[in-house]
Amino acid sequence: MQRGCVFALCISSAALAADPPHAGRARNGSEFQSADVRALQSDDFANPMALWVERGEASWSRAYNGRSCAGCHGDARKSMKGVAARYPRYDAGAGEVIDLSRRINGCVVGGLGARKLEAESDELLGLEAYIALQSRGMPVNVAIDGPAHATWEAGRELYFTRIGQLNLACTNCHDASWGKTLLAETISQGQPTGWPAYRLEWQRPGSLQRRLRACFNGVRAAMPAYGSHDLVALELYLAWRARGLPMEAPAVRR
Amino acid sequence: MLLGRIQVPPSVKRAAVFEVRVIVQHPMETGFRRDYEGRIIPLHIVQHLACTYGGREVFRVELGSGIAANPYFVFPVVASESGEMVVEWSDDRGESGSISAMVNVA
Repeated sequence: MQRGCVFALCISSAALAADPPHAGRARNGSEFQSADVRALQSDDFANPMALWVERGEASWSRAYNGRSCAGCHGDARKSMKGVAARYPRYDAGAGEVIDLSRRINGCVVGGLGARKLEAESDELLGLEAYIALQSRGMPVNVAIDGPAHATWEAGRELYFTRIGQLNLACTNCHDASWGKTLLAETISQGQPTGWPAYRLEWQRPGSLQRRLRACFNGVRAAMPAYGSHDLVALELYLAWRARGLPMEAPAVRR
Repeated sequence: MLLGRIQVPPSVKRAAVFEVRVIVQHPMETGFRRDYEGRIIPLHIVQHLACTYGGREVFRVELGSGIAANPYFVFPVVASESGEMVVEWSDDRGESGSISAMVNVA
């Protein structure tokens, strides 16, 4: 029996080594966008995310109860360099893996004594976009060892589990069928490097969690709540799957 | 106060044509959409936007519900003299915004 277990473990680690099962190289989300959308993303003025980045930059130094983000963290262009590329990550204070938006809210509530910023609010997306911008071009590099490993495994399991009325897993589209079209869309590899992004369909920016919820809705599954363990675990798995890819947040998507 | 951004070249030659770029943050809600409960989402759009250069109006636009969110404008201006480029806009709820940039004519 014990030998059987060891054998099963070997198989599962062999499967791990094969993740992600891309035929070719990993590709950032922008490679699946039209030339117009890519041009909009790379134009630092016309990219609508610049409005939210500016908002985030203002929030960064705005004093609240005599404190501000800049008061502790100084110049974000230095202190936040590479930070977004390392999230989601295990947070000892929270005792679990958290994403960047929860980390920001940890500071907003615990550090500034302000009220928690709502998911998908302009304030939160602004700060997240401003922080993510400081990692632009840097390789995604999340830790999945130690206390983060169980969350990574949960995310991986969800990624390969068929869900919803359409009975599809993430992998059925984003590994097996990327590059093909789904109605008018080109299916991407589901690399999370561009978020928060401005999505033309939404006519505003949104977080990776909002985008993931849209996929749950697309396969007609129940959407997990913002900040839920499922979404954070999936974010961690996707980030690990995108390891080494350059960050391109804040991006523009269709 | 509504948020916007403006971009002009750092300096331009006299009589040269240069580009002014403006982007305004606004939901531009059309008034035709419904929310998940089936209620109409009320119209909410920027109606007027105008730009003056050294006090003279050089660009004006009346916006309707067919304009996308966070409207973006690019227009050419002839460099006559150094002066401030001021863009002002207002929406249908009485909110307004303005932004300016200095044009240096060499």
